[in-house]
Amino acid sequence: MTTQILTQTERPAREEEREASRFLFSPWHLVLIPIAVVMLIPMVWMLVTSLETLNETRHYPPVLLPHTLVPGNYTQVLRQAPFARWFVNTMIVTVATVAGNLLFCSLAGYAFARIKFFGREVVFVLLLATLMIPFQVVMIPTFIIVKDLGLINSLNALIVPNLANAFGVFLLRQFFRTLPVELEEAARIDGASRLSVLFKIVLPLSGPVLATLAVITFLWTWNDFLWPLITIYTPNNMTLQLGLTEFQGTHQDATNLLMAANVMSLLPVLLLFFLAQKYFIRGIATSGLKG
Amino acid sequence: MSRVRRILQSDHVSGWAFAFPAVFLIFVFGLVPVVWSALLSFQRTNLISPPQWIGLANYRALAHDPLFQQSVEHSLVYTALFVPLSVLGGLLTAVALNRKVRGIRFYRTAVFVPVILSTIATAIMFLWLLDPNFGLVNFLLSKVGLGPYGFFDSINGALYTIVGMTVWGWIGFDVIVYLAALQGIPQSLVEAAEIDGVRTWSMFRNITFPLLGPATLFLVVWSTINALQLFDEVYFLTKGGPGTATYVVVYYLYNLAFSQGIAGYAAAIAYVLLVAILCLTLIQLWIGRRLVYYAS
Repeated sequence: MTTQILTQTERPAREEEREASRFLFSPWHLVLIPIAVVMLIPMVWMLVTSLETLNETRHYPPVLLPHTLVPGNYTQVLRQAPFARWFVNTMIVTVATVAGNLLFCSLAGYAFARIKFFGREVVFVLLLATLMIPFQVVMIPTFIIVKDLGLINSLNALIVPNLANAFGVFLLRQFFRTLPVELEEAARIDGASRLSVLFKIVLPLSGPVLATLAVITFLWTWNDFLWPLITIYTPNNMTLQLGLTEFQGTHQDATNLLMAANVMSLLPVLLLFFLAQKYFIRGIATSGLKG
Repeated sequence: MSRVRRILQSDHVSGWAFAFPAVFLIFVFGLVPVVWSALLSFQRTNLISPPQWIGLANYRALAHDPLFQQSVEHSLVYTALFVPLSVLGGLLTAVALNRKVRGIRFYRTAVFVPVILSTIATAIMFLWLLDPNFGLVNFLLSKVGLGPYGFFDSINGALYTIVGMTVWGWIGFDVIVYLAALQGIPQSLVEAAEIDGVRTWSMFRNITFPLLGPATLFLVVWSTINALQLFDEVYFLTKGGPGTATYVVVYYLYNLAFSQGIAGYAAAIAYVLLVAILCLTLIQLWIGRRLVYYAS
């Protein structure tokens, strides 16, 4: 299943496009256009509303084309809430989590793929077993552990428990096993240590799979809601998802500002999506998404 | 080479040194809590005062808890609607998107993008879209003489509104998986069938759909697991309401553990959820093995 998806989503899209341009219009457009409209309208209307005045959002029938655009809504959000702080917090948590996963999952993935050590099989099976446990089962004890470590209500509560992930270990181990072992053996005979084999030979060959892991970890962390909800109390330590709920509570009637805040919270994810669409799609297809 | 050095350079040591950070983190935050949670479910505890061992009392109490029963009911109704709608919708959309027509990359992207939006961002968008007074949807419905509807405020409609919203947010995931599977169908098979004069519908029914079996099974299993864990949308949009109309299992669990501090009872619910998910998954895989055709 997994390998199937890996190879197939990589078809060169441009080639398809070139072939496609031969047909200007096909009956399938009658199906595709309504689909696109349904998928895009909520987002387009969010964007339009974020540029309207408050009066226009309180108008019936709804104002579809605002009279004048109000980009000032965006700066209003920054002034009325610690939005910049939430943004920075989310960035810190996300970058640290992605970095931790890349490092620790690479090390462990390599050990499980290439080094025969005592207890390897048992430990690996136990790791895989954690993938089948719903988060709600571990949530309460994990909360107690994090509280006892004194991490509650700090960004570390969001970072430390997520620095490594069984999915990442599994993904990288599977990939490392497909690399030709001869290359590594030759380097070992030349006296290279395991560590330098990993960093100088294996990882440079693993760009795409590392990018996939990075992108999916980014998405999980950026969008996570339940765990921050449990562990963070004060607005200054909130991430964007928590901050948005906070902002929604205090600005229920300022729809234009709420939409502007929402748009801003989405920008990094959208930007990354358009820059690395291939890895997003591969990551989503292999990981099953959203935890 | 000294003995100590030989041991230090052995595979056992370097293997553990490499694996240790990740293994340690996953054990502490992923595996220990599973056992701990089981112990909690046999205790009366509020996470502050010392816990008290009460055996199976939590589980027995669950059987007579009307709010728990309602939550289970709502979770099952949600799952029974969400899974077929998103999987079937994903299949039809993927078939439509699996063509070489002009602008196909645009259409695909339009379907993929909602997948990467957070549950909260999606909820905020829909809260506005479905606003009873100024929302776009009620405006469009009024044009055809319907509404206005309360959507998230409606006792009878709130759960279905959440179904609709989450299908919108998830369908791109099903499409991604189905598109990959569709593109893996050997072209020779399709061409051979075309030469034999097989009609489009019969081609889909007898060739395409059976070959999509593994993808369908994967999506059904995965969507069920996720549907039973519904939380973010309920917490943000309805707080289980109006009344208890959208109380679902995880929302109830969260409320017990973190609002009311009834952690032992909540842990029992978590374990019921775990067992339910494992059983449903096994049943689906068991049925799947009988129905799904694996090409390889």
